[in-house]
Order: sequence, then structure tokens, then C-alpha cells
Amino acid sequence: MSPALGKDLLGLEPLSAEDLRLILDTAEPFKEISERAIKKVPVLRGKTIVNLFFEASTRTRISFEFAEKRLSADTVNVATAASSVQKGETLVDTARNLEAMRIDMVVIRHAASGAAKFLADRIQSNVVNAGDGMHEHPTQALLDLLTIRDHRPIAGAKVCIVGDVLHSRVARSNIWGLLKLGAEVAVCGPQSLLPLGIGALGVRVFRRIEEAIEWADVLNVLRLQLERMQSGYVPSLREYYRVFGVTEERLARAPHDLLILHPGPMNRGVEIDSRVADGPHSVILDQVTNGVAVRMAVLYLLAGGRPELAEAAKGGGER
Amino acid sequence: MRPVLIRGGRVIDPASQRDETADVLLADGRVTAVGRALGTPDGAEVIEAKGLVVAPGFVDLHVHLREPGREDVETIATGARAAVAGGFTSVCAMPNTDPVTDNQAAVGFIVSQALRAGTARVYPIGAVSLGQRGEQLTEMGELVAAGAVAVSDDGKPVATAHLMRTALEYALTFGIPVIDHCEDHTLSAGGAMHEGLISTRLGLKGIPRAAEDVIVARDIALAGLTGGHVHIAHLSTAGAVNMVREAKSRGVRVTAEATPHHIALTDACCEGYNTNAKMNPPLRESHDVEALRAGLADGTIDCLATDHAPHHYDAKEAEFDYAPFGVVGLETALGVAITELVGPKILSLPALVARLATRPAEIAHLAAGTLAPGAAADVVVFDPAAEWTVEPAAFFSKSRNTPFAGRRLRGLVRWTLVGGAVVHRSGDAAPGR
Repeated sequence: MSPALGKDLLGLEPLSAEDLRLILDTAEPFKEISERAIKKVPVLRGKTIVNLFFEASTRTRISFEFAEKRLSADTVNVATAASSVQKGETLVDTARNLEAMRIDMVVIRHAASGAAKFLADRIQSNVVNAGDGMHEHPTQALLDLLTIRDHRPIAGAKVCIVGDVLHSRVARSNIWGLLKLGAEVAVCGPQSLLPLGIGALGVRVFRRIEEAIEWADVLNVLRLQLERMQSGYVPSLREYYRVFGVTEERLARAPHDLLILHPGPMNRGVEIDSRVADGPHSVILDQVTNGVAVRMAVLYLLAGGRPELAEAAKGGGER
Repeated sequence: MRPVLIRGGRVIDPASQRDETADVLLADGRVTAVGRALGTPDGAEVIEAKGLVVAPGFVDLHVHLREPGREDVETIATGARAAVAGGFTSVCAMPNTDPVTDNQAAVGFIVSQALRAGTARVYPIGAVSLGQRGEQLTEMGELVAAGAVAVSDDGKPVATAHLMRTALEYALTFGIPVIDHCEDHTLSAGGAMHEGLISTRLGLKGIPRAAEDVIVARDIALAGLTGGHVHIAHLSTAGAVNMVREAKSRGVRVTAEATPHHIALTDACCEGYNTNAKMNPPLRESHDVEALRAGLADGTIDCLATDHAPHHYDAKEAEFDYAPFGVVGLETALGVAITELVGPKILSLPALVARLATRPAEIAHLAAGTLAPGAAADVVVFDPAAEWTVEPAAFFSKSRNTPFAGRRLRGLVRWTLVGGAVVHRSGDAAPGR
């Protein structure tokens, strides 16, 4: 266990600014490994990691899997359809069974908020939260932070999270991470998709996207889940795009250029205009690249890797 | 049965305006005398109550005994035993069992199981609608004839305003209250805890105060329209307390209860995804707690009721979203009430006895809640100063799902008597299971 990070990574809320900087700094040397012809270092050789995905995910699961494989861990993927959950097994029993197989780490994605903590409290293995309900998605926020930091200092940056903040674990993790690192944070969206009392977390609230764009240096544009219309949160995709869509026209009126992030998968023409997503200020694909590096850093630190050796680790030396 | 003399206690009986040091004599299942220095009849059992409070046995208008259907988490016998351990001599069992208590045979089953158990008196509450489906009224006349003392679709609200109106009107014939669980499901659907800053942080879907308030407003309007008696179950919001207070001032026939957990705890207890703090209505914020306490103090809230809701430990050992709502409460109610209400001088001990015994008996028209000579010899003797620690493993209930585990409480039941027989004494051990 790393003294720096503890046993698990469940969310960014309990971490300090120092913890966050440690993870981001550790990710830096790992970025380069993915650029090599042979994308593999032996730092997690002999470690077994289970990717326990109770909820559909493509990019997060693949990103974790690449991170694990590039660190030479042995990995097993358990997806909902193939698991015993469908046979009615409880998460407690799943946890006990994993423990009995003597695994080292679990990466868990689950539809229920708190599921990662629930698991972490019951097993000795390290647990990494890959998204729990509407609670947190810490590695996504870390990769967002890393991507912003590649372009400008986070401290003092004005970052606005746009869209369905109410249901978004990405938004919550981003809010904690950004505030701790000294950014100014705002949210913008229809009030029906903003949590009651969100301002009490220390964020500014914009009702209109035009005002948010005028204020912000960075926009993190959230995906609008299509089922939100059926539940009556917003009337239609068309109207959402007209009122809240991040478009070239709106960005053109901004006093300066904005960095555009999106956690994916995108609904082009709903929350974001394709010309913006593919435009010069979009860092959406950089986020994906950084995702692998940040997850390598998290796994490395939780497995007991020492931050000052991360640079050396990529050379292939034993820890 | 031997007569019982309860000697030298502080006898508190709000129904007969009594609060004095006295003896209480019980014989043939009745209170036969209350007074100073009563002689000890031949062969009488004597309970020395010096320094203790002697009060009418408590009455709980809101318990879930789970039988029939979930005898693995509670039975009428274990629930009634837990009741007397908490000083409750009469409990009213909600009808959301499996099958639902919506016909006279089901009511009769509960009555006969309670008689077999032979501890607390158990009064069935019948369903308002068949199967609690919110469509067709139950045969309330037959339910009452079989022993039901109220009707409720508890667990859910009475589904529509029209059904609530007709239930209030129809129940007038039988003189029983309609008890409503006030929750607008279109506002609360998917919710797991109070909607506020903590639910936002934990990423749990919230149940807004308005989900309760809009149905309380509906029910008050309908009670006003019909002249029927609505009893609002488990108030949780400041807004609902204000509405009940205002309605009472206009003479609307509305009564209300609050649970010990809602007057003691806030949504902060849900931190860490503590499923023993998951109940419906949810724990709310401190200003709601203050309003509930003020409502109990000024009589807006007539009584405390536990909403005793046993669940298997497996069921609570789950993700917060998937864990069931509800906590057990019979065995901690007195301790919580003394610690949280009498300690801070929100209620005097006589006022607390009124909220635990006198008023709930009046609301359900039970022959209980008083120590007047001739009344049933249902008595609790408790030590208002004794401190104890809540240990769920020691509960008589089959279930352990309490948010008060490990809490230090003041106020301990020493003896409970039903019909003149001792059915609980402190130190009794729950049977191992």
C-alpha cells in the first residue's frame, strides 16, 4: 500500500491537493510509454487485476485494460452480461469470491452510488472506482485535470461544466478536483439538470450558456443521456441544442479562446457542435490519451509504487 | 392471577391529571386503586418502584410486524415481545404484509397470533384499498368487526385524492381514522434519501420535502371537506408540521405522529452510505428536526410512533440504492425520546407519557393509555435516569437494523405489565437465535 494514497481510489472528495498533484506528476512519465514501439513495463508483473464492470462501458474499460497491460499486470474482465449478478448474486458475495481468488486489485464500475466504497470496505484488495452511480468517477476527472494542465495552470483557471450535472459522476469528481487545485468552477445547464443547492459546493451557477462561455477559460461539456427526455428533464434534443449547445457561433463571441473538453461518448449536434468537437480548441482526444497515463499512475501508486521511482520504473527496472 | 402492587413510584397518568408519588394496585387484569400507602393484599407480588416512573403502557400506532409473509425478519410474537421490552403494551400493525390485511380473515389471523403470543396487545390496521392497489375500498365494516382499529395503505400513500376522499367519508361510519403515508411518488421515485447537499455529494437521488408536503396538503383539504379523521403518519418536514398546526387551529380533524429517529437524527447519518439510516420518509435536516420537536412540544404532533420496520441483515448489507427503507424502533423509542426530548427540556416527563400513551390511545380509540381505576392493567415502570448502550444483538426483535447502534441513551424500561401480568423485566435475555 502506498503511504501517499491509501488502499483505494474511491473519489476525489477525500483527497488533498497534494494527493492530486502526486497522481498527476506520476502520470507524466507514464505518458511516454504509450508512445513507444513496445508499450510495456514490468512494474505490475505478477499482480492480478479484475475489471468488474456492472454497467456498460467501452472507453473507460478499454483505457483501464490498456493501462494494466502496459504495466504487465494479469487482468480479467468481468462484464455484467457474463457475471453471476444476473443470477442474483449480491455484491457482498461477489466481493467474497474475488477475495477468495487472491486478487490484488479491483477496478469497479457500478450503477449504484457508493458501490465502490461498499466493495472497498469488504475486501483487502485495492479498489479503484471506475464510476459509481451519480457519485464519482475519479480517474475521469484526473485525466481532465491532466489535460487542462497540459495547456495552462489549473490554479486560477475558470472551468465551467456544462449539461446534466444532476446525474453526472464526472461533474462531481471534476468539481472536487478543480476546487482543490485552485480553479474557479461553474456549472451551466437547465435547472432541471442541476442538483439542488449545488452552489453550496463552492461553484457558480450559470443559467445561460452564453454567460458561461463569456466567463470561462475551459468548458467541460457533459453528455446528455438520451433517456433524460423520457423522464421529463428536458423537452427535446433539438431544443437542448438550441438553448445549451456548445456551437462555433457561441464560441466566436467569447472574449478569448476556450479549451473544450468532453468525457465522451459525444452526442454530436446535441450538447456539442461537430465543428467544435473537431475544432482547434478541442482536446477531446488528448483526454483519451491522458486517460491511459493517469490510470497507469493510479494503479502504480496503489500497488505501492513510489512516486519518485516512476521515472525509473518506465526504464523497466524492478521496484 | 396474583394481584400486583407497584409501590412508591412517580405515577404519571395524564388522562387523570395525575403526577405524584403513589402506589398502583392491579388485580384481575384491571387497575383497582391508585393512592398513597395502599395495603398489600394477601399473596400480592410487590414491585418496588421508588425513584422510577409508573405510567400507562405505551401505545404505538405504527409498527410493521411482517407476519404473514416475512416471518424470517419478524413475527407477531417476536414483534410483540420487542414491544413490551420497549414499554409498549399496545401496538397497531400496519397492513402491508403478504398477503395484505385487507379482509376480515386476515385481521382475525393477526388477532389470534397476538393472543397466542400473549405479550403486547396487537391491534390490526386494515388496508384502505384492496391489495393496497389504490383502486377499490376494503370492506371496512368487516375489518372493524374483526378487530381493526384504523385503515391505511401504509408503505404507500392513498393513491388518489378521490380514493382518499371516499375513504375518509366511508370510515366515518365506523369512527376510525384513516392513516396516510404522505408521499407523492412522482416526486420521490428512485429517491434514496433526503434531497439536499448530502444527497448531491453522495450522488444519491433525493426525496424532496415537497413529496411529503403536497400529500399532507391534499389530505388536510380532504379532511376539511369530509369531516373525516386523517392521521398523518411519520411527519418529517417543517412544512408539514406547519400545515398540520394551521389545520388544527381551524378545527380540521387531523392528527399526526413523528418517529423517534426523525426527531433525533439528520440526513448526515447517511454519510458513508450507511443503510441503517435509510428510511422513508428520509432523515431530513436540522431545521426539520427542530420543527418536529417544536410540534411535539406544542401538541401539533400528537404522538410518537416508531414505524418499527424490521429487515434482514442481508437486505441492509447492500448498495445504498438497493437496500430497503426502514429501521426497527420499539426497543429504543423510550431511550431516544428521553435523551432527545426530556433531556433538553422540550417535553416534560408527563408530556412524554401523553405522547407515548394517552394521545395515541385516544387517536385509535383504544381502551388503553390510562391508569384510572377500572382501566386495563397495562403498565410500564421505567427509570428515567438510567443510562444504557444500544446493542442490537440484545434486541428481542428478530432484526437489528437500527441507526442507534452503540448510542448511549438515558431511560430504561424496568417492568412492563399487560393485563396485570409481568411480560418484561429489565435483564430478561432475548432468546438466542
